[in-house]
Amino acid sequence: MTTAAPGEASPATADAAGRAPARPAARRGRPGRRRASLRMGLEILFFVGPALILFGVFVVWPIARAVQFSLYRWKGFGPLVDFVGLQNYVSVLTNEVFTDAFRHNMTIVVLSILVQLPVGLGIALLLNRKMRFQGMLRTIIFVPYVLSEVIAGVVWLQLLQPEYGVIDTVLGAVGISGPEEGWLGTPEVALYTVFVVLTWKYLGLAVLLFLAGLQGVPDELVEAAQIDGASWWQVQRRVTVPLLGPTIRTWGFLSMIGAIQLFDMVWILTGGGPANSTTTMATFLITEGTKRYNYGIATAASVILFAVALVLAVLYQIFVLRRDVAQADAGSRRVR
Amino acid sequence: MRTTTVVRAVAVGAALAVLTACGTGSDSSSDDASASTGSSGPVTISWWHNSNTDPGKGYYDEVAKTFEASHPGVTIQVNAMQHEDMLTKLDAAFQSGDAPDIYMERGGGELADHVAAGLTQDISESAKDAIETVGGSVAGWQVDGKTYALPFSVGVVGFWYNKSLFEKAGITSPPTTMDELNAAVDKLKAAGISPVSVGAGDKWPAAHYWYYLALRECPKQVLQDAVKSLDFSDPCFIKAGEDLQKVIGTKPFNKGFLSTPAQTGPTSASGLLATGKVAMEMQGHWEPGVMQGLTEDKKGLGEDTGWFPFPAVTGGQGDQSAALGGGDAWAVAKDAPPAAVDFVKYLLSDEVQKGFAERDMGLPTNPAAGGSVKDPALSGLLKVRDEAPYVQLYFDTAFGQSVGGAMNDEIALMFAGKASPQDIVEKTQQAADAEK
Repeated sequence: MTTAAPGEASPATADAAGRAPARPAARRGRPGRRRASLRMGLEILFFVGPALILFGVFVVWPIARAVQFSLYRWKGFGPLVDFVGLQNYVSVLTNEVFTDAFRHNMTIVVLSILVQLPVGLGIALLLNRKMRFQGMLRTIIFVPYVLSEVIAGVVWLQLLQPEYGVIDTVLGAVGISGPEEGWLGTPEVALYTVFVVLTWKYLGLAVLLFLAGLQGVPDELVEAAQIDGASWWQVQRRVTVPLLGPTIRTWGFLSMIGAIQLFDMVWILTGGGPANSTTTMATFLITEGTKRYNYGIATAASVILFAVALVLAVLYQIFVLRRDVAQADAGSRRVR
Repeated sequence: MRTTTVVRAVAVGAALAVLTACGTGSDSSSDDASASTGSSGPVTISWWHNSNTDPGKGYYDEVAKTFEASHPGVTIQVNAMQHEDMLTKLDAAFQSGDAPDIYMERGGGELADHVAAGLTQDISESAKDAIETVGGSVAGWQVDGKTYALPFSVGVVGFWYNKSLFEKAGITSPPTTMDELNAAVDKLKAAGISPVSVGAGDKWPAAHYWYYLALRECPKQVLQDAVKSLDFSDPCFIKAGEDLQKVIGTKPFNKGFLSTPAQTGPTSASGLLATGKVAMEMQGHWEPGVMQGLTEDKKGLGEDTGWFPFPAVTGGQGDQSAALGGGDAWAVAKDAPPAAVDFVKYLLSDEVQKGFAERDMGLPTNPAAGGSVKDPALSGLLKVRDEAPYVQLYFDTAFGQSVGGAMNDEIALMFAGKASPQDIVEKTQQAADAEK
C-alpha cells in the first residue's frame, strides 16, 4: 500500500508516505484539490466498500429483519401478517424463564471475573518465571481453549454422568458422594457445574492474554524495584499487575461478552435444564424459535439480548476502558 | 480501539440476531408451472424421507424405481436424511417456500399450522381410496374434516421392560394397574435394581406420563374437545397431575433422570434399559430399534424385550385401554404435481406397505400389511394398537409445538418438584390463549 488514507491513527512513516504524493496536487490550486479529494473518496470507497457491503448484508440487514420479525406473531413459515406491536417483548420480559436466564448470564459474568481473573493471573505469573517444562505447561493450560466446544462438552457430559461417570466414580472411591441426581441433574448445582467446565475451557485464554501482557512489562522496572529491595511478591503487586491493567481490562470485556452470549456449552451439557436452572438468554431464544416455532418471541428475545450486550459493552467502555482509550488517543495524537 | 470495540459489540448482538433472522416471510412463490403441466409432460418429484439406513433406504429407492417404471415421464428424486437433519431442513424449506413435493408430517397442531400457512395440499378427493383403506388412523392428519396426509406408520407408547430383571425381582406378571406398578417398583428396588428410566432431560418422555394419566382420567369427548377448543378447564387435567405427583413420589426413576436424554448414548434412558441398568422405560414403538443401536452387539435387549400397556388408573373417567401414540404420514406440498399424490397412494398400497412391514420399518397402517410384520415385539404392538378403542395423538403434537412445548416444560418442572398440578394446566392454558 503506497498511499495510506490520512487521518488514520497510523505510524508516522506511513502518514508521511501518504502525504507525499498529495503535495504536488495542492500546488495546482483549487480544481486539483477537488480532484484529489474525489480521488481520496474513491480510494476510501474502494477499500472500505467490500467490508461495508459484507457488514450490511450479514450484520445490519439481519438485525433489521430481526427487529421486524419481533413485532409479529410468526411461526417461521407463511406470510408475515399478524402484527402484534410490542406484545412479544412484553411476553419475553414477563416470562420467568427469561428473567431467570438473564440472572444466570449475569451470574456467569460475575463468577468469571471473581474466579477466572485471580486464578488466571496467578497461573500467568507462575508460568512467566523461568522454570522447567515451561512450554509444556503453557500448552497444557491452553489446550482446552483450542478444543472444539462441542467435543469438550460431550466429554464433560460423559465424565459428569451420575453413577457411571468417571467423576462420581473417583469421588466415590475417596468416600465423597456427589449430589443424588448428579452434578448436571440437580437444579441447585447444575449452573455451578457448567461454570466449572467453562472455567476449565476458557482459563487458557486468560492465561495466554496475561502472559502476552507480561511481555510488555519492562525488565528495567522490575530490576529497579529489586534493587530497591522489593520482594518477588511486592514486584508483582506494585509493578507487574498494575502494568498489566489494560490487558486485564480487555480480557474482562471479552469474558463478559462471552458470558452474555453463552450458548454451546450449556446446550450440550444441560440443554438449559434441569428445571430451567441453567437456561441462558441464548438457549431461551433458540428453544422458543426452533423448538416451539414462536419466531416472533424468539426474535424479540434476540433483540433484547442484543440490547443488553450493547448497553453493557458501552458502559464497560465508558467506565472501565476509558483510561485505556484515552491513553491510546493521546498516543496517536502525539504521533501525528 | 474505540471503533473496534463498538463494532465488536454490534457484531456480537448481530451474530445472535442472525441466528433467528435467517428466514424470510415470502409467501410460497414456488413454481406453479409444474402443477399446470399435468401428468402428461415429464415431471420430477422430490421426496424426503428419514429411512437413511438399510434395509429402509434400499427399499425406498427400489419403490421409487418401480413407480418410475410404471409411470413414464415421472422422475422421483429420493432424498434420504437422518431424522433430525430432515426436520431442520424442512423448517428451512418451509421458510424459504421451497418445500419438497412429498415430505413427512406428524399431524395434529403442527399440520394445522402448515395448512393455515398454505404449505400442504388437500388430498381428501385425490387420494380417497387410500384414505378409506387406512381407516381411523387418518384422523390425526385431518384439519376441519379434510385430509392432508396419509399415515404410513402409527405406533403406541407403552412400557418396555427387561423380562429377566422382572423375574429376578420376583414379578410374575406385568402390572395392569397403577397400584401394581408401584408394587413392582418396590420389588425391583428391594432387589437392588433401578426400576424405571425416563429421559426427562428431553422433556417429552416425561410428558408422556402426564399424557397417559390424562388419557386415563379424562373421557374421550373431553380430550377431543380440548384439541379443538384448547380449553383445559376440566378437572380431570388437574387429576392427571395429582396422579403424576404420586408416581414421582415413589421415586421410581434412574439416578439423574432430570438431565437424562431420551435416546442418545448408552447413558440415555433407552441406553440404560438396553444395557440392563434399569428394568423398564415408557417409550414409543421405535424403542427396540433405538436399543439395538445403543448396544455393541446391535441386539438391544434381544430375548429379554417385553412390553406392557400403560396401567389402568382406578376410578379414572377415561378409557382404561385407550392408547397414546402417533406416527408419520406422507404429505404433499401445495404446488406439487398430481403425480406426487399418485406416488403417495402407491406408498400406501398393499404391496409397498407389506414390504415396509416385512423389513420391520414400522407399524403399517394398511390392514393388508398387518400380517407381514416379523418382529415379535412389533407385531404384539400392532395388535395392541388395532385393539385399542382409540389412539390419542401425543398431546404436544396434537396441540402444536407452542402449546405442547409449554405443557412439556411444566411437566418436566413437576418431575423436578417445581410445579403443581394446577401449574401445568395454567401454563398450558396460557400458551393456548396466546395462540387464539
